[in-house]
Amino acid sequence: MRFVSIAMSDARQLFGDDFIMLEIRNLHAAIDGKEILRGINLTVKKGEVHAIMGPNGSGKSTLAKVIAGHPDYEVTAGEVIFEGRNLLEMSPDERAREGVFMAFQYPIEVPGVSNAQFLRLAYNEKQKHLGQEELDPLEFKDLLKERAKVVEMEASFMTRSVNEGFSGGEKKRNEILQMAVLQPKLAVLDETDSGLDIDALRVVAGGVNQLKSPENAVIVVTHYQRLLNYIVPDFVHVLANGLIAREGGKELALELEEKGYDWIKAEMQSSGAGVPAN
Amino acid sequence: MVTELAKPQNKYQEAFRALKQRKPTIAWVELVRESAMDRFELLGFPTVANEEWKYTNLAQVAKEQFLPTDSKSQLIAADIAQFSFAETTGSSVVLLNGVLNRELSNTPLLDKVVVLDLFDAIADARYNKLVRSYLARNANYHDNGLTALNTAFLESGVFVLIPKDVQLDAPLQITYVADASQSGAASFPRVLIVSEENSSAKLVENFVSVGSSGYFTNAVVEVVVKHGARLVHSRLQNESASAFHVATTAVELGRGSSYNSTAINLGAKLARHDISVVMNGEGAECWVDGLYVVGENQHSDTHSVIDHQQPYCNSHQLYKGIMDGNGRAVFNGKVFVREGAQKTDALQTNKNLLLSPQARVDTKPQLEIYADDVKCAHGAAVGQLDQDQLFYLEARGINPDLAKNLLTYGFAEEVIEKIGIESIRAKIDMAVMNQLHTRLETQT
Repeated sequence: MRFVSIAMSDARQLFGDDFIMLEIRNLHAAIDGKEILRGINLTVKKGEVHAIMGPNGSGKSTLAKVIAGHPDYEVTAGEVIFEGRNLLEMSPDERAREGVFMAFQYPIEVPGVSNAQFLRLAYNEKQKHLGQEELDPLEFKDLLKERAKVVEMEASFMTRSVNEGFSGGEKKRNEILQMAVLQPKLAVLDETDSGLDIDALRVVAGGVNQLKSPENAVIVVTHYQRLLNYIVPDFVHVLANGLIAREGGKELALELEEKGYDWIKAEMQSSGAGVPAN
Repeated sequence: MVTELAKPQNKYQEAFRALKQRKPTIAWVELVRESAMDRFELLGFPTVANEEWKYTNLAQVAKEQFLPTDSKSQLIAADIAQFSFAETTGSSVVLLNGVLNRELSNTPLLDKVVVLDLFDAIADARYNKLVRSYLARNANYHDNGLTALNTAFLESGVFVLIPKDVQLDAPLQITYVADASQSGAASFPRVLIVSEENSSAKLVENFVSVGSSGYFTNAVVEVVVKHGARLVHSRLQNESASAFHVATTAVELGRGSSYNSTAINLGAKLARHDISVVMNGEGAECWVDGLYVVGENQHSDTHSVIDHQQPYCNSHQLYKGIMDGNGRAVFNGKVFVREGAQKTDALQTNKNLLLSPQARVDTKPQLEIYADDVKCAHGAAVGQLDQDQLFYLEARGINPDLAKNLLTYGFAEEVIEKIGIESIRAKIDMAVMNQLHTRLETQT
């Protein structure tokens, strides 16, 4: 953690604030009064890919949801600064229009609303917010056709209701399609690899890689190292009991794959850091 | 109370005598009108003491004493063009204040079928017998004051005959226009549709109004679908926010016939739709679906009865409701499976979405089964918008109000999409949007 804060101030000195996309300081968050995140610090710069790993219940999905603004989670302390602005003061829809995107672990079905309607509405809301041109259905159809190539999705998906009757893999591909349409600055992929077979994993990861650029950043939340073979992280952060227990480069993910998470949990317990406050 | 109620009926009695002078008819019709008037005198308007009217109060209708208007409407074709759907051009019939209007109707495409003023059909030797067998057969006026009132004031209406084996490609539209430029008028539209053996047709009904004063529509539509015939029936009720609308759709299905109904209720201050389907021949199948949307100061009541009288019949029912503001809705669905109606397959579903804490719905699905080898299921649900769905849309940049509208629209779409006629579906989409005060565009 010390390492992170030093890197942050160095970066600020060297490049100024606009180089930093997301800065999380001492973030605490709770659900139903139970504290899940207990002091997270994380800095994400433009062009970087960060992996958040950790065992079940470590708080990694909570972190993703707090960034997206899920109403069930209460931030009890700390700050989240996105491009110099206080993200926690923004509503979820405002965050999205500003360029924050979370790919859901369990994408929601929306019966009666076609994928194309939904995507165009979301796209136009963002365009309007940014003072840019909105697209009519025909213009949007062309854009959608182009962006759908990123995840190899067929045209028939566009007229179907959002996620309704989609297979697990199709739902995840649909999330990445939404990312392709909205072109976020910061994409948080919440366990996007869960429930994917190897072919779907390749398509989904390929989509993310195509969308990656020096101007945006990606946070990959995952339990397994598998996805990181395809989306290669610059940094790996390991969560345990609501705290970042370990940080390192992509080789840390390989070490976890080999050794599992138990040693990290044991390490935290022996240091006293992993014992919940209650 | 009883003496108070008798007064408005005396006013109807007076109007009834005037009608008999103005529009005399042949003996059997005169007899029907008279006995219907007798029944209305006895029954009056239903009150909330009647179990079937427990949640829908017609006291104001009874008090206002709406009467058929005798003044001529000034409406011209251009005024009502907006109510016609592109697909029905050339096959559209218009009733103005309940009376068939030839000048506003446009029927060149209906050459294969018979479409006449009901009174002309009665006077025509070719159709007299048919009308006599089916008029007032399925819409019973003996126990229903409103049907009795409609029947007593028979003076026009529409008779549609789709002859044996005829396939009518263009949908036939009946537009019921209420000219509400003057207040206090009543209209009593009456329609008889006979789909003969192995015929196939699509029927669109559109209840609309011009002007905004209070009025009363009391419509009765009887439908006979004979052996092997198919009828697709879309019904849109979009009357003025100051209208009282009551209507009966009474359907009889013959052997192996198919009837597919979608009823959309959007308008009126108070709306009541009674739809009954009597499955009177083996192997008949029906879909009886609907959507009611109520906003501030609106009340909508749907009563359906599916009567399985013969074996091997299937019925499918899906009614959805959206209640906003202080709007109130009622759904009451009965399915009867009579003795001997074995192998019946009946499904009834009613789902309701409450958008405000003041909105209310009373739903009552009922099954009465007198046969032992049947498959029947029914269910009713009342809920609010799903928080997970809302967050999902918001997480994509859609503001909460728009997200709510989009989800509400999605909820309604399951019923709207059953309407197989594109421009009608688009129009209903738009009408539902307007009702929800949303600017959402749907033509993607």
